[in-house]
Amino acid sequence: MESVVHLRSAVAVLGRFPALAGVDLDVDPGEILLLRGPNGAGKTTMLRLCAGLTPLSSGEAVVLGVDLARQAHAVRRRVGLLGHATYLYDDLTVTENLDFWARASGATTADGRAALDRLGVAHRLWSLPVHALSAGQRRRVSFAAMVARRPELWLLDEPHAGLDAAGRDIIDGLMREASSVGATVLFASHELDRAGDVATRAVEIVGGTITSPAPPADAPLAAAVTP
Amino acid sequence: MIRDVALVAGKDLRLEMRSRVGIGQVVPFALLVLLLFAFALDPERGVLDRVTSGLFWMVVLFCSVLFIQRSFGVEAEDGIIDALRLTGLSAPSIYIGKVAALVVELLALEVVLAVGVAIFYGTTFGGFPLLLTAAVAATLGIAGSGSVYGALSARLRTRDTLLPLLLLPLLAPVLIAATRAFEVGMGREAGQGWSWVALLGIFALIYLSLGALLFRPLMEDA
Repeated sequence: MESVVHLRSAVAVLGRFPALAGVDLDVDPGEILLLRGPNGAGKTTMLRLCAGLTPLSSGEAVVLGVDLARQAHAVRRRVGLLGHATYLYDDLTVTENLDFWARASGATTADGRAALDRLGVAHRLWSLPVHALSAGQRRRVSFAAMVARRPELWLLDEPHAGLDAAGRDIIDGLMREASSVGATVLFASHELDRAGDVATRAVEIVGGTITSPAPPADAPLAAAVTP
Repeated sequence: MIRDVALVAGKDLRLEMRSRVGIGQVVPFALLVLLLFAFALDPERGVLDRVTSGLFWMVVLFCSVLFIQRSFGVEAEDGIIDALRLTGLSAPSIYIGKVAALVVELLALEVVLAVGVAIFYGTTFGGFPLLLTAAVAATLGIAGSGSVYGALSARLRTRDTLLPLLLLPLLAPVLIAATRAFEVGMGREAGQGWSWVALLGIFALIYLSLGALLFRPLMEDA
C-alpha cells in the first residue's frame, strides 16, 4: 500500500533555523496520526510541509504521490489545512466566506452550507460578519471551509483549540468519518487524552525529529500518548 | 479562468462594500485634499485652473496607495495568503481579479473627483473620448503595477510605509502622461493627447504582463 505521506530525512529550514531536522515518517491511507511534542518541536512545520506551503530544504517528501521537492503546488488543492489562523475574511459574512472558499477550491456553495450544518454552526450566525463571531464559532466556520473542500489529507493543528465540548465531539466525529472513507488525518495536539481517543497512531516530535515510533499495534493508544 | 477572475474580483468588491473603507475614508480624504488645494491656491488667481489636471492625478495616486494597501492587507491577515495558495485558483487569476476590483474602485473614485474639481475649481470638461481613454489606461497601469508591489510588500510589517516609497516613484510616468493627456483633453494645452494615452497603454500592458508572470513567485515569497 502506497503511503499518503512519505518523509525520509526531511529537513525544512526556516530562516537559519532547522524546524525539521531529518524526519522519517510514513502514513498509510485512512490513518489518524497524532503528532505530539512540546512547543517549537516542529509539528506545525511538518503539517505545513505536507501541505506544500513550507519548502523542503533537503531529503525526500512525497505526499499523495506528489514529490514536494518538485511540485509542491500540485498537492495543495488536495489537502485541507486547519492551522492557528482562521483563514477567513473578517468583513464578509459566514456564508460569503464559505461560498468564496468552496468555489475557489472547486466545490459548490451547497458544499459550503452543508459543511456549516455538519459543524453545527447555527443558521442565525450565517448572515453575520465573521468579526462578530466568538473564537469558537470562527473555528467551526474555518473547519467547515476545510471540510467543504473534501480533502484527501487533513492537516490539523490543534483542531480542538477554542472549541466547547460539543464542538470537540463534532471534530472527532468528522476525523473518524474522514478516515472511514479513506481520507488520512494528521493532527497536532497537546490535549492528549482527547487526541488519544481519536488517533489510530501517535508519534512524538522533539527538536525537529521524530523521537518515538508508533506504539505496537496491540497497545492501547490512549496509554501510549499519555505522557 | 474568467470564472476565477470574477470570483476574486467579486470577493474584493464585496469586502469593500462591507467594510466601507473606500466610501467612508478614502473618498472623503480625496475630496478633502482637493478642497485644501482650493484654499491654498485660491481659484480667483488662476493657478488652480492651470494645475487642475496634475492635482487630480496626484490625488488619484495617493488614494490608489490606500486602496492597494487595503486590497493586499486583508489577504495578509489571518493566514489568508496560505489559504489562497491551497485553492485551485491560479496566480494569474488572483492577480487579474484583484486588478479588476482595484480598477472599478479607482474609476469610481475618479468620477467622484471629477465632480469635485468641477464644483471646487469650476473646471469644465470637454474631449470626453480622450479623457475617458486616458483615465482607463492610467487606472489599468496604476492597478497593474500597484498589485505587483502590493503583493511584494503584503506580509512585511513595514508594508504601510514601504508601499508608497516603492510605488509612487514608479508611477511618475503615469502621473506625467495622464496629466498631459487630461490637459489636452480639457483644452488647457494643444498637442497630441493620444500619444500620451499610448504611453499609458504601454505602461499598463507591461505591468499587467509582468504581474501575471510574477504573481505566483510573489505569493510564494509573501
